[in-house]
Amino acid sequence: MTENTTSNRLDTFRKQENKDEMKIQVISFVSMIAFTIIAFALVGTQLMTGAYLSILLFVLAVVQAMFQFLYFMHLKDKGHGPASALIYGGMIIATTVILSLGVITWW
Amino acid sequence: MSHQETIGRSAHKINPNKAPIDPSRATPEGKYKHLGIWIFLGSETVLFASLFGTYIALKNSTAGGPTTQDLYGLELVFLMTLLLLTSSLTSVYAIYHMKNNNFKKMQLWMGITGLLGLAFLACEIYEFAHYITDYGFTFRSSAFGSAFYTLVGFHGGHVIFGLSWLIVLMMRNAKRGLDTYNAPKYNTFALYWHFIDVVWVFIFTVVYLMGMVG
Amino acid sequence: MSATTTQKRGLGTVIWDYMTTVDHKKVGILYLLFGGIFFLMAGVQALLIRTQLITPENDFVSAGLYNELITMHGTNMLFLAAMPLFFGLMNYVMPLQIGARDLAFPFLNGVGVWLFIFGGLLMNSSWFFGGAPDAGWTNYAPLSTQSPGHGVNFYVLGLQLAGAGTIISGINFIATIVLMRGPGMTYMRMPLFSWTTLVTSILILFAFPAFTIALFLMQFDRMFDTAFFDIALGGNSIIWQHLFWIMGHPEVYILVLPAFGIFSEVIPTFSKKRLFGYTAMVFATFLIAFLGFMVWAHHMFTVGLGPVANALFAIGTMAIAVPTGIKIFNWLLTMWGGSIKITTPMLYALGFIPSFTIGGMTGVMLGSTVADYQFHDTYFVVAHFHYVIIGGSVFGILAAVHYWWPLMFNRMLSEKLGKLEFWLFFTGFHLTFFIQHFLGLMGMPRRYWVFLENQELDLGNLISTIGAYLMGIAVIVLLINVVLSYFKEPAPRDPWDGRTLEWAVPNPTPYYNFKHTPLTRGLDPLWIEKMEGDGKIKPAEPLHDLHMPYGSILPFLMSLGFTIASFGFIYQLDGPHGRILIYIGMAFAIGCMIVRSLKDDYGYNIPKEVLEKEDD
Repeated sequence: MTENTTSNRLDTFRKQENKDEMKIQVISFVSMIAFTIIAFALVGTQLMTGAYLSILLFVLAVVQAMFQFLYFMHLKDKGHGPASALIYGGMIIATTVILSLGVITWW
Repeated sequence: MSHQETIGRSAHKINPNKAPIDPSRATPEGKYKHLGIWIFLGSETVLFASLFGTYIALKNSTAGGPTTQDLYGLELVFLMTLLLLTSSLTSVYAIYHMKNNNFKKMQLWMGITGLLGLAFLACEIYEFAHYITDYGFTFRSSAFGSAFYTLVGFHGGHVIFGLSWLIVLMMRNAKRGLDTYNAPKYNTFALYWHFIDVVWVFIFTVVYLMGMVG
Repeated sequence: MSATTTQKRGLGTVIWDYMTTVDHKKVGILYLLFGGIFFLMAGVQALLIRTQLITPENDFVSAGLYNELITMHGTNMLFLAAMPLFFGLMNYVMPLQIGARDLAFPFLNGVGVWLFIFGGLLMNSSWFFGGAPDAGWTNYAPLSTQSPGHGVNFYVLGLQLAGAGTIISGINFIATIVLMRGPGMTYMRMPLFSWTTLVTSILILFAFPAFTIALFLMQFDRMFDTAFFDIALGGNSIIWQHLFWIMGHPEVYILVLPAFGIFSEVIPTFSKKRLFGYTAMVFATFLIAFLGFMVWAHHMFTVGLGPVANALFAIGTMAIAVPTGIKIFNWLLTMWGGSIKITTPMLYALGFIPSFTIGGMTGVMLGSTVADYQFHDTYFVVAHFHYVIIGGSVFGILAAVHYWWPLMFNRMLSEKLGKLEFWLFFTGFHLTFFIQHFLGLMGMPRRYWVFLENQELDLGNLISTIGAYLMGIAVIVLLINVVLSYFKEPAPRDPWDGRTLEWAVPNPTPYYNFKHTPLTRGLDPLWIEKMEGDGKIKPAEPLHDLHMPYGSILPFLMSLGFTIASFGFIYQLDGPHGRILIYIGMAFAIGCMIVRSLKDDYGYNIPKEVLEKEDD
């Protein structure tokens, strides 16, 4: 009997926990949408131009990607050490690849 | 091998009173799958980086054909972005219901994810058809054309693969309910789907927005 | 001996068993078998090349055939021989070393090995379908995009399949090492071979996708008329070079790091000392892997990347000598003061250190941009990379084959024949390649099918060819040794007085590996138990039922489907039959995937009552 109530209590506690987490997910989703709108608005209204705009757009994309990785994909949670090591390792290599192909192909 | 007994589904059933915190990682196989998909995504990062690098190197090689500024339009890309971002959120909802051991709602949200993905794909096909018929801009027009269709097409191919995966997954488990054997499979799919969304974030930024800036 | 292995089985049953296997040990043996076959084929191709170059202006083979031979020799050796042979060893030994019962994804392991086998067979079948690839193993555009016939298409699709298998295996190894280490087996207690397996897999994971894309671009250009490498439509062939070498340079470390791991097992075992500087060895491995990723453009110094890029990549290249040097000194210091026993694996280890060091030194010479303009595309480069790959990887593979043969096949290889093989191989190797440094410095370019007489190249080439034949004889001695070993008595358990967990399992290895989950109490766990305990590994937990996966024919069928589709892609320009093959093959492969998804595969349990009857 006691065991049953404990597990039930645990269940409500856990449900609350999941709910709290979901709130954070929705917040990150809203901010991602906001970043997207900012990016499209910057290009659409032509408030800025040239290299600075490109850099800003790229920064916005990186922030959005981090939201996806850390919150939607739970990379911030415990037990994700090896996973993050591999994904960040991949990003380092990816940066090198993109820079080299983008910069030294036409030299 | 008579002495080897099979272990059936009973070993994977979830006891509603003692549901694991995360059913997708309650078994060793679930843990392996979780890390495995992350390793795979690490590899995919470099795969898409190679495509992005190729695209960046070739985006001005239009060979007299249409340029990035001629082609791209903001509205459709914005719509596609919203569709895919929202599908990312709906798959988060699905996993939320998985953790609450609510199979029906999980299937429902996964279904919505699939529909949004399908809508995205339809937009992409419309976009490609538009470029081909209205601009005569194809895979073979110029190095820019080859790079554009390959990069965006690879992403589209990933969406198609993800949708097929989701359909098989949902059909297979429709009558079985959630257990610790199939929960990791749903979770693996969700991670893959988020990654597709991350790639799209870079595509709309690097290809479309930066292409319009010039 | 366990009940299953003593049963006499017909050949058909054995073949079916291997076709459906998901057991890491049997998959390992499949890798070794097919890697060995491709190794022999590539070796024969090498002998044909050297025969052609035995005298000036020889006409033993035609120029076109010569191009095909050098391409197939290089591609076979690197992608289909050396790497799979290492994969075979990793598959068999690594789970035993870390105390695991299988890899994390046994089914995917099957997919990986069959993709490799079919990819390799596909590429080598090109000889029978109108000619092999002939654009060099680097397959540079536009030479490769202009190459007539289907040869290069076989290269593209064969390597695409094998490469997919490679990435799958890499993922599997990483997940296994991260999640399946036995109790007490912390990262810093892992044997060096398992460490290098992990680092190699990480390199594969990040290097091969670039090659996958490069192959796709090449496939699209050759088969669908895209313009990636077509200058007329704004393409750029440097993209191929970048993508190829982003994979190609880490590939060198993929081939040599496992050999480092093998020697780090062999040298302590036969010196009766623990590895000197274990921690430094681990970090040197990581440093080599990281730097190995940042230096690929040193293959492209003469492309014209400009002085800034060339200088950066030259510095990175030379920096790799530092961690490699750390490793060399650690091996020497492991032997220092040890009671060294000269066995065949140890001979290979001793031969490896000076040979590989020479290869490393010429590597630093090539890393100097200015000098590289002279060395580029001469026999100096050929000599350099053969010193690294034979002196490193092949010596490592041969050492490992002799070292782990009793573990894998339950028989000892003859030490007498082994030593004969080593001396023949070692002498032949140095005869073949040392002289090539000088041939290169005298200006002999690589990949030319003839050289002219009276340019002081005659004697050097003759010596080189004689050396190559000696190496060929050495491999025949190895084959004889293997055949003879089949008729010998079963090998004793732990014949080398080993230090690591793989020597703690009964001989032959039971299909579940460890009856009790082994408890690791420190580095070199078996040696610790030998010194401080009763020589037996302590069980980490009481005996309980073991969970095992079922075998499946699906990996074989899936790979077969993709191979059929690949033939379709190769021939799709020739008419509708190619396209039909694509549809049939893809439908077949995807059908297998769907079957896999829909069918439950829960595996089975071995009850502990059965296990109790087995040997420890």
